Amino acid sequence: MVKDFKKVLVFGCNTCVAICHAGGEKEAETIATLIRMRAAQEGKQMTVNHLGVMRHCEPEYFEPVMDEVKKYDLVLSTACGVGVNFLSDRTGTVPVYPGINTSFYGAVEAPGVFKELCAGCGDCIVHMTGGICPVARCAKTLMNGPCGGTNKGKCEISRDVDCAWYLIVERMTKLGTLDKLSAIIPPRNWSTARDGGPRRISMEHIREFEEKEAAKTETAGGKK
Amino acid sequence: MKSGSTLEKVLASGNPAVTAELGPPMSADPHEVVKKAQQLKGFCDAANITDCQTAVVRISSIAAAAIAFQQGLEPVMQMTCRDRNRIAMQADLLGAAALGLKNCLCLAGDHQKFSAAGRLKGHPGAKNVYDVDTCQLVGILKKMRDESKQDGGDPIEVAPKFFIGASWTPMADPIDFRPINLMKKVNAGADFIQTQGVYDMEGFRSQMAKIRNMGLHEKTAILAGIIVPKSAMMLKYMDSSVAGVSVPKALIDRMTKAKEAAGDDKKKAKELQEQEGIKITIELIHQALETPGVKGVHIQAIEWESAIEGIVKAAGLYPRPQV
Repeated sequence: MVKDFKKVLVFGCNTCVAICHAGGEKEAETIATLIRMRAAQEGKQMTVNHLGVMRHCEPEYFEPVMDEVKKYDLVLSTACGVGVNFLSDRTGTVPVYPGINTSFYGAVEAPGVFKELCAGCGDCIVHMTGGICPVARCAKTLMNGPCGGTNKGKCEISRDVDCAWYLIVERMTKLGTLDKLSAIIPPRNWSTARDGGPRRISMEHIREFEEKEAAKTETAGGKK
Repeated sequence: MKSGSTLEKVLASGNPAVTAELGPPMSADPHEVVKKAQQLKGFCDAANITDCQTAVVRISSIAAAAIAFQQGLEPVMQMTCRDRNRIAMQADLLGAAALGLKNCLCLAGDHQKFSAAGRLKGHPGAKNVYDVDTCQLVGILKKMRDESKQDGGDPIEVAPKFFIGASWTPMADPIDFRPINLMKKVNAGADFIQTQGVYDMEGFRSQMAKIRNMGLHEKTAILAGIIVPKSAMMLKYMDSSVAGVSVPKALIDRMTKAKEAAGDDKKKAKELQEQEGIKITIELIHQALETPGVKGVHIQAIEWESAIEGIVKAAGLYPRPQV
């Protein structure tokens, strides 16, 4: 992926992916070292440096270093896919490649253990399922109870994966709300999820505030 | 009559229903389906045509069902929620009805991960769909049939009239939730239920007692699933690895004894185990039919369709009622 470039910047992101020990500045440094070693082994002339900023998904964090970033032939971003996409739109003729595989957005179950708990489907139902999401946590995104594949509380796909519906039934029994599960959840409207196309949220009150602030600055500038 | 299928008529007549299973081939050759249909015809009221079981690509359930139907075997087409969204499902249901199919069994479907097993590479990297689940699919079939409407609400001029089935695993955990699971499928519109294979008759009967208390046996026709055992190894595998299936030690011991009686003669060991397997099957059929609330049996002789004739005859379920 990177072998044909002469000047590579491994660009770390110091928020979420740093907490996950996946793509912070520290990991970016390690990756840069590994690339340099491999380049040396293969006799390739390559300059590989690293850098890190707080976020690749908000311009104010990376703009101060953009002049530096644009000096490279390739930016290998170790941010999540959001950061890679966002940065790629803002680096002009310099390509941005993904430095890590973004797997999912999860919680830290124990130090070093991450677990997917939400799929960002845009239509939350966990108030009906004991706080446990069948969209993210059932291999078949079933809405009305377990399939026939539950085996000793585990999912049919692996003995290492909990059956979400086993957990839902267990939790709702404990909460005394199991009777809620008797109602049939009808086919979902998936258009709020990825199926409806790329999603964008515009918070109007914040947009209005920002526009007002911008107008003030302009007026102030005019007076000068 | 909701559909006028033979299966519906047999159940309405009060006779115990017999369904079997036909697994389509991994090939475009129709002869395998024709052969199996001939083996089953006359010995069951309808035969399930599996829908890419264990996520392995085979002739589609609808196409194989249409071939079986031409041979005079009444099919129960199967439809999993794994491979189709609601658009494809309803399109296929309209098409299946147009081809003359009258029974449809709704099920979640095995995860695509199962397709890579033994010598098969399968498609474990496939994307699954699960736009709707079994309960929702049952509801869609009912809405199409009874309200002449697509799920989205658009009218259907000629509605597909299916006798609607759903699968049920009575003894998988969470076991206390399984009766509720069945209730939801029945409330959604399941006219008949075919269960996962039952070997532990005591466990099944205790679940059936709960079902009777809920009155579900009167709202749907429950067909107990019987999987014909072929060998001691198969029984052990099902006991340890198939969700919701536990095999009593006594049955495993019987099969082991049959195997050992053949000594080193492998061919004889196979024969003796198959004979014992058929004996066990017949006993299970009788025990299932004696269970209050059970309206029939779903006999699955996996890749052994030729065994059905002997089993049905020996179980005293032949000839099948003319309805």
